Amino acid sequence: MSRDVRTQLLLLPLAAIILIWTLLPFYHMVVLSLTPRDEAFAGRLWPDQPTLENYGTVLTQGDFYLQSFWRQLANSVFAAVMTCAIVLSVASFASFAIGRLKVRFGDAVSNLALLTYLIPATFLAIPMYQVMATYGLLNNIWALILSIATFTTPYAIWVLRQYADSVPFELDEAARVDGAAPLQIYWLVYIPLIRPALLAIGTFALLHAWNEYLYAFLMLSAEDQMTLPVAMGLYSRNDDAPWPVLMALGIIYSLPPTTLYYAVRKYMVTGLTAGGVKS
Amino acid sequence: MDRAWGYILLIPYAAVFVLFVVYPIAYGIWLGSDVAGYERLWDDPIYWRTVRNTLVFLIVGVNLKMLLALALSSFFVLPYWWVRVVGVLFILPWAVPHIPSILSIRWFLNSEWGMLNNLIWQITGTFGPAWLSDTNYAFACVIAVHIWKYLPFWTLILIAGRMAISRDLYEAATLDGATPWQCFQNVTFPQIRNLFITSTLLTTIWSLGDFNSVFLLTGGGPAERTNTLATLGVRFAFKEADLSAGVATMISGLPLLIPLVILLLRRLNRQMAE
Repeated sequence: MSRDVRTQLLLLPLAAIILIWTLLPFYHMVVLSLTPRDEAFAGRLWPDQPTLENYGTVLTQGDFYLQSFWRQLANSVFAAVMTCAIVLSVASFASFAIGRLKVRFGDAVSNLALLTYLIPATFLAIPMYQVMATYGLLNNIWALILSIATFTTPYAIWVLRQYADSVPFELDEAARVDGAAPLQIYWLVYIPLIRPALLAIGTFALLHAWNEYLYAFLMLSAEDQMTLPVAMGLYSRNDDAPWPVLMALGIIYSLPPTTLYYAVRKYMVTGLTAGGVKS
Repeated sequence: MDRAWGYILLIPYAAVFVLFVVYPIAYGIWLGSDVAGYERLWDDPIYWRTVRNTLVFLIVGVNLKMLLALALSSFFVLPYWWVRVVGVLFILPWAVPHIPSILSIRWFLNSEWGMLNNLIWQITGTFGPAWLSDTNYAFACVIAVHIWKYLPFWTLILIAGRMAISRDLYEAATLDGATPWQCFQNVTFPQIRNLFITSTLLTTIWSLGDFNSVFLLTGGGPAERTNTLATLGVRFAFKEADLSAGVATMISGLPLLIPLVILLLRRLNRQMAE
């Protein structure tokens, strides 16, 4: 047996441990979602009679806790898309102004932005709630959109600046010689150049808004205004609620963001490393 | 002309910053100037328990996570096709939203009807521990859930750092007869040391704000004994409607948070300048 094969065989137990640790919660989620409601408390490794009934219950809103499923799904989609749009436009404008138009105090602005990014959002939750109340935005999906956009934009500006610094200025100069105005350079030169970074931070913002629990839970309490994570949190506070249905809901909710993440995975890593968590 | 456009394009961000960063911070400071909040904390044993929990969470949780990430990055850089497959699956906890995963783990760990204790019963014939209703087990589970969720991300970052190391360094070391361990000690670690420290600082700061791993697994219980500052502050403010105690709880985390942020900002600015 060659040395290489022996190394690989020795690594197999490690790989097995990693996989069990990683996948067990997902396996459990799938098993529970396939379990008939009245067997939820059996704790079986695999249900005697697996069923897709729970998925049907979710899609037809066939349970007390799921009365507004489609509405809440729409809320989640709306929040994610709007957050993404706001972050992409605000951050690309700001990074263009700082990096290309060289406004004064640009570095100070990006440092302030970076500082906002470093403070955990949880620490601002209480005053942010009060401020949203002042603006009359409680129980309004925009409270969630604006909060998440606020916490995501700084990171986006930072990533875009780092990325933009690595693409040549010559094209800007050439466009300028041809008489292009700043806005034309922004749209025709800058945006196409930074497209991979835009894809990465757009996905980042989208996922962030889709996944957000704390801010959504604090600010959205009416059933028809909340996003899916809030609905799931509410549901889970009750052990008597049918958890197999909750797990089916969890899987339906997780599929779009997970697919998206894997689809743009390559860009996410580039975006992050361009963003400076580099040595 | 350029300058003028520059300022115009900065307006949207400036507006967001003033409305949703400056104003809440100022409001928070104003709320936090109420001494009654701190007096309540000082006399509350739950608060001191929470401080202890937060420190354990950061010291044990963060360090364990980063050491595991470092160790696992050694595995995931190996050039076998099946290691890459394991790597793709390994990112799942990071890619899948937090909420359903934690809820799944919560049911899985339920001492009466969860899958884990059922397995323990079938294999050993004894009852498993009360995972979420015994304080120590519950807090250990909180740390485990945190590590489960965030380990893949930091492993990924360290892998990216290791991939950037020049192959020549390893070839030179191997020619000099270095063992794999010596290669790690003398080539790999010195090359990613900066990245490792920056990452550890960053994840310490962010872990301080990890609300979900606690709140959705144990809800701070049993008897409010598994809270961290993040969940206790929210609890005071929203469940007990005591805003000043809630804000005071968050503010009491600042003596830890601010030095870390300053340290990190310095490092990042230095690295950006290089």
